Amino acid sequence: MTLSVRLAHDFPGFALDVAFDAPPGVTVLFGRSGSGKTTVANAVAGLLRPRAGRVAVNGAVLLDTEAGRFLPPHRRRVGYVFQQDRLFPHLSVARNLKYGRLFARGTPEDFGHVVALLGIGDLLRRRTADLSGGERQRVAIGRALLSAPQLLLMDEPLAALDDPRKAEILPYLERLRDETRVPLIYVSHSVPEVARLATTVVMLDAGRVQRAGPAAEILSDIGAIPTLGVADAGAVLTGRVARQHDDGLTEIAVSGGVLYLPMVDAPPGAQIRIRIEARDVILSRARPEGLSALNILPATVAAVREGEGPGVMVQLRAGQDLLLARITRRSARALGIGEGVDCFGIVKTVAVTRQNVGLIGD
Amino acid sequence: MSGWLSPEEWDAVALSLRVAFWATLVSLPPGILVAHALARWRFPGRQLLNGLVHLPLILPPVATGYLLLATFGRRAPVGQFLEQTLGIVFAFRWTGAALAAGIMAFPLMVRAIRLAIEAVDPRLEQAAATLGAARPLVFLTVTLPLILPGVIVGAILAFAKAMGEFGATITFVSNIPGQTQTLPSAIYAFLQVPGGEASALRLVLVSVAVAMGALLLSELVATRVARWIAGR
Repeated sequence: MTLSVRLAHDFPGFALDVAFDAPPGVTVLFGRSGSGKTTVANAVAGLLRPRAGRVAVNGAVLLDTEAGRFLPPHRRRVGYVFQQDRLFPHLSVARNLKYGRLFARGTPEDFGHVVALLGIGDLLRRRTADLSGGERQRVAIGRALLSAPQLLLMDEPLAALDDPRKAEILPYLERLRDETRVPLIYVSHSVPEVARLATTVVMLDAGRVQRAGPAAEILSDIGAIPTLGVADAGAVLTGRVARQHDDGLTEIAVSGGVLYLPMVDAPPGAQIRIRIEARDVILSRARPEGLSALNILPATVAAVREGEGPGVMVQLRAGQDLLLARITRRSARALGIGEGVDCFGIVKTVAVTRQNVGLIGD
Repeated sequence: MSGWLSPEEWDAVALSLRVAFWATLVSLPPGILVAHALARWRFPGRQLLNGLVHLPLILPPVATGYLLLATFGRRAPVGQFLEQTLGIVFAFRWTGAALAAGIMAFPLMVRAIRLAIEAVDPRLEQAAATLGAARPLVFLTVTLPLILPGVIVGAILAFAKAMGEFGATITFVSNIPGQTQTLPSAIYAFLQVPGGEASALRLVLVSVAVAMGALLLSELVATRVARWIAGR
């Protein structure tokens, strides 16, 4: 495992006790505010000294209370992108970016490459006071990246931004995930961000790990729904761009069939992640005809979970992928939905918005 | 200027400038250190240090002068030790005047710098640490540039205070014309002799000019530097 974290710490009225391992890629710490996400991030960065614990990245031990090892933050090589960018106000953008290089142990990423990756070439001579929120956060990410980190931490880096700015930065984060080999811990309580970025999801609740595992598994796990929130529930599928059609649709091959999505800007063969929200999925026992919805996937009901309200969450297996559908209890009864029942999952093409589609690099 | 002031008056002004310059320069590094300790470190005896630094502000200056004499006088233990090992003598020398002025001005300097340090967001210093900077480097590359306006204000205030210090100075190093007679001591001396009022008045005008100049300068420099740091 690339990343191994074990931490225990006591605060007045709150106890943290977490343990998780993660492979390379993006590990999202997910949970509501107060669940202990930022505390974990701070302990990994060395800004908090936990009562007990062990943190190792690619074999390098940053903390081991049993062995009496506590590396101070400046020797951990953990790049930290904070919720507020924390750029140095007395330095220009270029000098902010180069700050970490002064002290870098190990080979820093190529300056020009990082600048191009984050699209901040035009900002270099500017003062940080003149930047927009999205620009500031991109500079902060570049600054952390250029300090030659062996691990990157991001604590809700998009939380302070409005939706257009979030949409502006997410593609950069995806490129970061796919183009650098630095493992990333990403703290978030936004399901769409998790769906776009996560390789691994660690769900925290009241200072404990509730669930941990590969993103597609956790996000379509029916038992995780109370924590994710019913309104945000949705499964994540991976697929390949098969063909671009003249009428503005992109044909995507998924394990359970074919999906038509609004124009995805990627060449045939490109791998993409698609988030399909549970409330956008319709169920039908028979293959419908004369229907405007283009995406009809044959599926089998894998699990059903009744909520407190009128809704029922249905987990479907379509090929290798899992789908979630939220329907009413009344419909579930009328259709006889239960485990093992064959049915069709129907998704309107236009229900899958651009924010719900992300590229995966190789 | 030397035409307007008599040689004796000019001596006093020049000596005061020298005393204030060295008092400010030498107390700046310890001033920054103490301000940083008071603003950021938690250690036993912090309140005691705070009290000690501010003591000269509240104590009668004569008492401070007496304590200096009892510590740094030629027959006092510290004074003897410094004379034998380093060859530094404070008692009845201009260096003593600088020491007295520096100690009297210290609280003003520390206060200004401490306020500046407290205004620096510690989260910026944390960010610098995660970027690989060890503590002393964080201070030099982040904290110090950000508190520069406060340091300049503190230094200018200390300089003005050192120019005007009287009670502790006259007690510690006396009032020897050409050697330890600073500007305030000279004003005092001229007022003691018949016909000295004109000289005293000229020196008072010089004092007012220096004090006002220092205050205006500190305001100007502080706003300029703050603007430069904020990048506008």
